[in-house]
Amino acid sequence: METVQEADVSLSQLNESPSGSLVIYVIPETSGLLPDGINVYMGIYRTAILRTSLHKEAKMEELLSVIGPKILRIIQTVTFTNNDIKASMSDRVPTGKFTKESLADSMRAFKSSPGNYEITFSLLNPDPKSHDLHWDIEEAVDKYIQPFLDKLSGVANFSVDSQILYYAILGVTPQSLPHVINPVEARLGKKVYIRFILQSCALFFCSTFLIILTAPLYIKDQNGATVQSNAFHSPRWGGIMVYNVNEKYSDNNRFPVQVNIDTVRVMEVFLAQLRLLLGVQLAYVPDDFLMESPANQGLTDWELDRFLWLRTLENIATATTTQTSLAQLLDEIGNIVIHDKIASQVYNAVIAIQAAIAELEAGNLGFAFQSSKEAILASEKAFFDPSLLHLLYFPDDQKFAIYIPLFLPMSSALWEMWCQ
Amino acid sequence: MAGAVFGMLLLFVFINFGSLPIKSEVSHLDGEQTFSTSKVSTEEVHQNQVPDTSYHHHRETFQDEERADPAELWTSPESRSQQYETPLVESQVEEGGQSEAPATRNGLAESGQPPKVNDRFQEELVIRPLLSGDVYSSFQFRTSWDTDLLNKQKKVSHFRLFPKSLGQVISKFSIRELHISFTQGFWRTQQWGPPFLPAPPGVELWVWFEHTVQDVDTSWKELTSVLSGIFCASLNFIDSTNTIQPSASFKPLGVANVTDQRFLRYAVLPREVVCTENLTPWKKLLPCESKAGLAVLLKSEKLFHSSFHSQAVHIQPICQDLQCKKTSWELRQTLSIVFDLHATGQSKREWSLFKMFSRTLTEPCPLASTSKVYVDITETPKGDDMIEVAPAVTLQMHAVVLGDRRKYMVYDLMTPEPYGSLRSLNILLKWKLQDSEEMLPPILHAERYVGGYGLQTGEIHTLIYNNHPFRAFPILLMESVPWYLRLYIHTLSVISKGRENKPSYIHYRPSKDRQYPHLLEMLVQLPPNSITKVTVQFERALLKWTEYPPDPNHGFYVSSSVLSAQVPSAVALDANHTTEGPLFTNLFPIMEESSYFMRVYTEPLLVNLPTPDFSMPYNVICLTCTVVAVGYGSLYNLLTRTFQVEEPSAGLAKRIANVIRRLRGVPPL
Repeated sequence: METVQEADVSLSQLNESPSGSLVIYVIPETSGLLPDGINVYMGIYRTAILRTSLHKEAKMEELLSVIGPKILRIIQTVTFTNNDIKASMSDRVPTGKFTKESLADSMRAFKSSPGNYEITFSLLNPDPKSHDLHWDIEEAVDKYIQPFLDKLSGVANFSVDSQILYYAILGVTPQSLPHVINPVEARLGKKVYIRFILQSCALFFCSTFLIILTAPLYIKDQNGATVQSNAFHSPRWGGIMVYNVNEKYSDNNRFPVQVNIDTVRVMEVFLAQLRLLLGVQLAYVPDDFLMESPANQGLTDWELDRFLWLRTLENIATATTTQTSLAQLLDEIGNIVIHDKIASQVYNAVIAIQAAIAELEAGNLGFAFQSSKEAILASEKAFFDPSLLHLLYFPDDQKFAIYIPLFLPMSSALWEMWCQ
Repeated sequence: MAGAVFGMLLLFVFINFGSLPIKSEVSHLDGEQTFSTSKVSTEEVHQNQVPDTSYHHHRETFQDEERADPAELWTSPESRSQQYETPLVESQVEEGGQSEAPATRNGLAESGQPPKVNDRFQEELVIRPLLSGDVYSSFQFRTSWDTDLLNKQKKVSHFRLFPKSLGQVISKFSIRELHISFTQGFWRTQQWGPPFLPAPPGVELWVWFEHTVQDVDTSWKELTSVLSGIFCASLNFIDSTNTIQPSASFKPLGVANVTDQRFLRYAVLPREVVCTENLTPWKKLLPCESKAGLAVLLKSEKLFHSSFHSQAVHIQPICQDLQCKKTSWELRQTLSIVFDLHATGQSKREWSLFKMFSRTLTEPCPLASTSKVYVDITETPKGDDMIEVAPAVTLQMHAVVLGDRRKYMVYDLMTPEPYGSLRSLNILLKWKLQDSEEMLPPILHAERYVGGYGLQTGEIHTLIYNNHPFRAFPILLMESVPWYLRLYIHTLSVISKGRENKPSYIHYRPSKDRQYPHLLEMLVQLPPNSITKVTVQFERALLKWTEYPPDPNHGFYVSSSVLSAQVPSAVALDANHTTEGPLFTNLFPIMEESSYFMRVYTEPLLVNLPTPDFSMPYNVICLTCTVVAVGYGSLYNLLTRTFQVEEPSAGLAKRIANVIRRLRGVPPL
């Protein structure tokens, strides 16, 4: 085997590892497979290669004591740490401290929900008179976005579409670029009715915009350096990329100038943003680790596993808190009627939560995730059942208003008598 | 005590008077007809009684953009706009700049290979001065897209000119055709003549679903909710009680493979008020919005200061070529306004774009393939020039519109000519005639009112006028009456010229309380120069108290009845279609030379139902409680009062003395 990449491919063929598992191959210190200074290699499948020094005569216990800590490091990288758990539950559990990065990651992503994701790519053309823009979005989506979404197809349903909006003027100065969402969102106006279409299930929108500007606009980071991708994204909403039309067109060029957008450049950025929005977090990697880039798929197998681990935890947390809230609500407002339908949803949710935890303990990631999905669906259905609303508002002052015509005249007569 | 009891009795009598369930001072119903006057309108052409799709093929043949067959222009209004750059009109006109129009649009052709564009956008404005001094302006925006939105295998999800919101709705609900109109005001056919785009007051929605749809009613319910979100209208009030399935009156306008009425749903909300919040989303569907092109004129502060406002969206599949192997989707957005001479025009018979819309035109929408303004410069029936137009352009055309030969001045916004040196186009219209001239009565129009007295029964009268001097023609009359007016269908009578006129086709579906309305469709032959009176009696139902709207004494609306007719044309319609063209002339294809299709909407009716006095329960509670309290109080008082001798009360000085003594700790006096 020439390279470590080839090793990765052939090793993964050798051993079909199930979801949630990781196979670690140990190679001797002398092996030249890994470059210097790198001790661990993470492939794009569920394999890792660990380089370590071993004595041939060493006993099992000794071997384990040497490898053990190293394996632990790998496992921590590919699964999750306590901080990750805390961060992913940050919405539900307000206490606890977590690192800044993991918190930022969790705030960026859409909160877990077994819903449908609608991903919209919008091309904003502020001046169709002078620029005629074309993007081959269909091909670009098939090539770059679809493989990524196919990988995530077990997590949720995704639909991708695109549109071109003309005369979409940003209406913001470069300084107030973060506020660009409002004028852009006003042009979309889609949430109302699409949410209606898919009433029962939660729906998220990842809107990604490509803005074309004639006058170049460059985005800089806090240090003042120009951001390479010229893009930024808005947490839990979508991303924006500014695409400057650099072409120097001569005066005799007739308007509108035709511009073909480089979809590869755009999709690279959008894919990265999509990963952040969906919450596929970047693992914290120690220096001596080498990660293989996921290539076209945008996601390696072990990253997907890591994502599923976290999602499962998050789903369980959400389902549990939803159930708790429902219980609290019932305690506070006594006259809510719980129909059998809601009750059965509550039971289903509890059973599913228990099943998910049991599967987690057993290490069956796939089943655990499915159960957690069921749990969250059932608990949301129970909590948002419209019949709960009926008796939510029956305040005492209304009862008072109804009976006062009876009691007021009568009491005045009684009061008079009492005075006498 | 006897007095108290008597008082109680009196009060109870009074209560009974106060709680009469029916208000007696309900206005005379016939008065309601003044609410709106007659309305005649022209819309789609269908064959009347027999569902026949032959004309679809006829019209389909004209969708091909490249095909500039002038002979067929007339039949297909959609195609007309596409083709208009090519056909006859241009050939008559010799002027520069004309050839630049396509170049401007396809400027990209210069830079290498232009990507294949399969959608087109066209815009058009027709201004028609009316004899009354009012001005009728009609906008049409047409987006066509060579794609199949209903393709299940490969979902269409990448949108360019076609609005994404509507495209998604069509694929989601498998819609074959969708027509929705929002109208404020009533089209006065007698004064204004027939409109290009007829619509009933309020909201009208009719949809043909694809035959693959399993549960049409559920789809319809969801669709109306979605559309109410898109257009910010109360379409969610459409339910089974106002939805009907007409058997013959509403046939698909586009390429159709379904004519089974099970897949058709039709509903009207006559009460819906149309305003800015409906216009804004409508404008958002345009590719250029209201930023460029003709749509810059659409400013709501002017549009709603008019006597008639109607905006509509029509979506239908059309043929791409003569063979019609492939279909395109067409979205047609129309908007018609009538500006009033006195309210908007300060009683001066002078109009301009600026006066009407408070804007002028400076450029076409850069995405449009055609962008034109037509001004009707037809002479009056007496042969005088009616108006003077400035700036005058050389481009003129003739068209037969609704059986009438009209002459138009054409401003092609793609060329620099109309803008002049000011680089802005402000069309001025000046009336040459100072007095209103009587217009010829429209050949077909109708009016409707409620007759009868009292609150138990009534009669719906529909008068249909055939003003043609010698031709008889059939009309299809469709009435949809809510269930709370129970029609006595045995009293239905159709009388023309004093004699009974037996309808040759009747489709009647009786209502079911709280479930669906009455639907009555009739094919009636109208004798020449006659008035046909259709009468049917009804009984008013008593509603449950929760079914009344918040303002029950306003009355209940009954939607307009619809007349669809193939009207004999005064001018022979040119079968060769050699001289006509643009979008507005007709939404619907021409079946034959001698007649054209017209749709006429009558007035909606406002009917009073027996309405309870809703304050009655409260009054009863108050009065009863008062009586009980007073009666109980005095009775108790009488029964428990005892008489005792009371010592005379102490004087003021003594009381003060006692207070002082108490303070001092000495027993009082």
